[in-house]
Amino acid sequence: MDWTLVLTQALNGLQLGILLFLLCAGLTLTFGIMDLINLSHASFYMIGAFLCAGATLHFDSFLVGVLIGLAGTAVLAFIVEKSIISKLYKRDHLDQLLATFGLILIADTGVHLVWGPAGMAIPLPDVLQGQTSVGSLVVPTYRLVIIGTGFLIAIGLYWLVNKTRTGMLIRAGASNRQMLNTLGVNVQVLFSAVFIIGAVLAGLGGLLIAPITEASIGMGNDIIITAFVVIIIGGIGSIKGAFVAAMLIGFIDTFGRAFLDTIFALFMSVDVAETAAPAVSAILVYVLMAIILVWRPQGLFPPKLR
Amino acid sequence: MDSTNARRFGSGLVLVLLLTVPFLMLYLGKAFWLDIFTRLVILAIAASSLSLLLSVAGLPSFGHAAYLGLGAYAVGIPVYFATYGGADWLASYNGWWHLVLTISVCGLFALVTGAISLRTRGVHFIMITMAFSQMIFYLLVSLEEFGGDDGLSVDLRSEFLGLDKRFGFNIEEPWIFYLLCYGVLLVVLFIVSRLRHSHFGRVLAAAKQNETRVRALGVNPYGYRLFAFVIAGIIGGVAGFLYANFSYFVSPGMVEWTRSGELMFMIILGGASSIFGPVVGAACFVLLEHVLSRITLFWHLPFGLLLLGVVLFGRGGVIGLLKRERDT
Amino acid sequence: MKKTIALSAALTCACALPLAANAADIKIGFVTTLTTGGAVIGNDMRDAVNLAVEQLDSKMGGKSFEILFEDDGFKPEIGKQVTEKLIKEDNVDIVAGYIWSNVLMASYKSVTRADKVIISANAGPSAIAGKLCNENFFSTSWQNNQTPMAMGELLNARGVKSLYMMAPNYAAGKDMVAGVERSFKGEFVGKDLTKWGADAQLDFSAELAKAKASGADGLAVFYPGKAGGAFIQQYQQAGLNGVLPLYTIFTIDSLSLPKLQEANMDGIVGSEMSSFWAPDLDVPANKAFVAAFKEKYGRYPSHYGAQSYDAINLIASAADALGGDFSDTAKVREALKKADFDSIRGDFEFGNNHMPIQNFYARKIVADENGDWTTSITKTVLENHQDVFAAECKL
Repeated sequence: MDWTLVLTQALNGLQLGILLFLLCAGLTLTFGIMDLINLSHASFYMIGAFLCAGATLHFDSFLVGVLIGLAGTAVLAFIVEKSIISKLYKRDHLDQLLATFGLILIADTGVHLVWGPAGMAIPLPDVLQGQTSVGSLVVPTYRLVIIGTGFLIAIGLYWLVNKTRTGMLIRAGASNRQMLNTLGVNVQVLFSAVFIIGAVLAGLGGLLIAPITEASIGMGNDIIITAFVVIIIGGIGSIKGAFVAAMLIGFIDTFGRAFLDTIFALFMSVDVAETAAPAVSAILVYVLMAIILVWRPQGLFPPKLR
Repeated sequence: MDSTNARRFGSGLVLVLLLTVPFLMLYLGKAFWLDIFTRLVILAIAASSLSLLLSVAGLPSFGHAAYLGLGAYAVGIPVYFATYGGADWLASYNGWWHLVLTISVCGLFALVTGAISLRTRGVHFIMITMAFSQMIFYLLVSLEEFGGDDGLSVDLRSEFLGLDKRFGFNIEEPWIFYLLCYGVLLVVLFIVSRLRHSHFGRVLAAAKQNETRVRALGVNPYGYRLFAFVIAGIIGGVAGFLYANFSYFVSPGMVEWTRSGELMFMIILGGASSIFGPVVGAACFVLLEHVLSRITLFWHLPFGLLLLGVVLFGRGGVIGLLKRERDT
Repeated sequence: MKKTIALSAALTCACALPLAANAADIKIGFVTTLTTGGAVIGNDMRDAVNLAVEQLDSKMGGKSFEILFEDDGFKPEIGKQVTEKLIKEDNVDIVAGYIWSNVLMASYKSVTRADKVIISANAGPSAIAGKLCNENFFSTSWQNNQTPMAMGELLNARGVKSLYMMAPNYAAGKDMVAGVERSFKGEFVGKDLTKWGADAQLDFSAELAKAKASGADGLAVFYPGKAGGAFIQQYQQAGLNGVLPLYTIFTIDSLSLPKLQEANMDGIVGSEMSSFWAPDLDVPANKAFVAAFKEKYGRYPSHYGAQSYDAINLIASAADALGGDFSDTAKVREALKKADFDSIRGDFEFGNNHMPIQNFYARKIVADENGDWTTSITKTVLENHQDVFAAECKL
């Protein structure tokens, strides 16, 4: 076994975990607090990436691109929440699924009309282009930036949720929705705030990955289903659960893709192993979710007092 | 006209239109419309089977496309072997054999996954049914021999030995195939309607309203729900069986999660409260898709807006709109 | 109740809506990808087709003609559906297009069953060149294995002894790998088939790490469309420039080069690929095509565009021979088979399986006189090459 390879894969797993976490933080909160299944979260992931790409190319600065991407996502999230999402909070899950699926279709077509079908590459500043050595390991600097940013956000969210008054309300909402009303909290404002924070985090995830994969239409639709798996495993409404489950899925998926074919090749022909491995590693995640749902339906870290 | 009569008239009208319009179009030389109506009827069958879970039992299954896929491959794989050799025990063009395979595979899959899924509630049920259908999706993708991602061409339609020889019932003929699908739809609607109004259907409906009360009466709804899950799965599989025969092509794309979502949308669009809701919904869905995609390449945009509009403003779907007018 | 009737009436009208008759004498269906990320390729093909239509002044064989574009949405089942529609509803005379092998495989029977001719302007899966070859199928591109076989020869010529290869997991991807395996004389130290389709895998970090660790002399990849751009970005970020030389097949083309240049991916300049064509291929018809295309659209055409342009001109040559009468499919086949037109690749002929027998070149990424990145031919790798599957075809 080549340990450098394993370490590199571990970093890749970490990176996927971070991205999933950025996407799931908002998803799990809106789900936990507003009881909203929001497929269109995927669209904010995509829109963040496109706004950033457009701004980066226009102003020739990645930093400006990031700022505009985040601000633009926030504004859009505010508009969508006020005009559409706020009307869905009291609806059943089925209505929410369909309406937000409609939003995805609208967003995908909208992006195609605005930026064309080609997708956009985001040039990175030279500082982030290079390689960094960590011991014997040489990794692209930018990957470390993604991982670092993700951890900072995770710590920030932890602080926000556990140490501030807003956080207290969020926790209260996640574990017992009725209590908020009784406490006389302005629920509308809290809901809007949580939705916008979630959308901005999703946008951040999208614009962080775009320099690697390019911004492309429907880029969030691929990952949103995995994100739902993460929040179910982690426990709906739990930031901690989302973090742990995101890391878990990130590692399972990456290691599955990297090593499953080698493992399979031990007891089947190489050709069969090479085609079966990606499928099996994709299934692993869902098998894990099914097991957790049966064994512990509330997920690994359910918010207390639910 | 009172409400029951109006409903009867409406239902009758739908059935008559389904029987006349495609043949009228065929007569006018628009052969493609027979294709569109065949697709419409097959999707109506699938949506009707899902409505048994969704509307009657209140079980929002988000993985119903899995049965379409399983049913389709239950045709595709035996035909593939019959055409290219191999697996003699499985290989066949015989439609009855395909049907037996469809029913047993889908029934078994529904039994096992239903037994597990029904232990969960609400959003967890949505997610676990989706998980099972994703597993089928990736399983089909990994079936290298049957084309994997690329899907599998089905060279010939199923043969119904006995029927084709004696009565010239050759389903390679498009209009005969359409009549077959139409007949299956009638049977499915009959089954769903009977189940709905039976003791079984009333227990499911009661458990949907208030599970605690049903349990207090000494009835455990689990068995009833599982039975509904299996029936719905089998009918969904039959729809897949027909789809494979219709399109001469099967692919994992039939099991994508968006497909399950589309089936749900048909039910919401048509109205969940009526037996004919899924049929009307499937009709609106297929015709809208066709008409919009001819008007603009970007038909997903109006389609998405419509989805949003129906959910936000059109509670009860098209049938609900009709009813509301009557009520006022 | 009124609404029930209104609804039925609306449905009936919806059915009757597309009854408007088309005026043109000859109708050509063109199936390509016009939505999703794959539309980058589809749009280039459509632009090239429209250029050909303009140059022909919408006339072939003395009759007017029109092109009906259909979008396959990057999915085999949609591609099949629109093909059926072209055949049954629009009653087209010929169907052309098809970027993706899996879409072509799902669709071609709908055309041949109606005894009409189908011309692939890109996809060339092995099955349709060999065992399943059909008298009504023609190609103005290549068989999937030919370009990678040329790649194998190129690798041999460049002294590559051990190779790592990556491709997406679908029909063409597998054909590409098989093609390189066929002619490459060195050793394969690893290969990865990655997820493809609507939710294709775009993060190749895991695979690149494996490739780097494998100690190969070269990395050969096949990533068409948007995946190509994503791959190049990661190749550069993973620091493989100069460490693991890159050889590409249908990954870098005129569609991705402007974007890559904008994003400063200068690590790829000088990297080599194999192809049957390049914008600077020294053939008069090609020079004229590239010049007209640049004039009209302000960019280089891609090989996708070149093949589509050829497809329309091939059809026009048959129309000229038949006086614009496509009613007898046997005669149409005969006329097409002659390939009697000025192809952008110079003279070529169809093999028994109706795949072109043609040259393959090595081409390299260079900057043109304006500093724009493009590809330029460096040497001929295979001459008058016929695909290996032709032998399996009974035609």
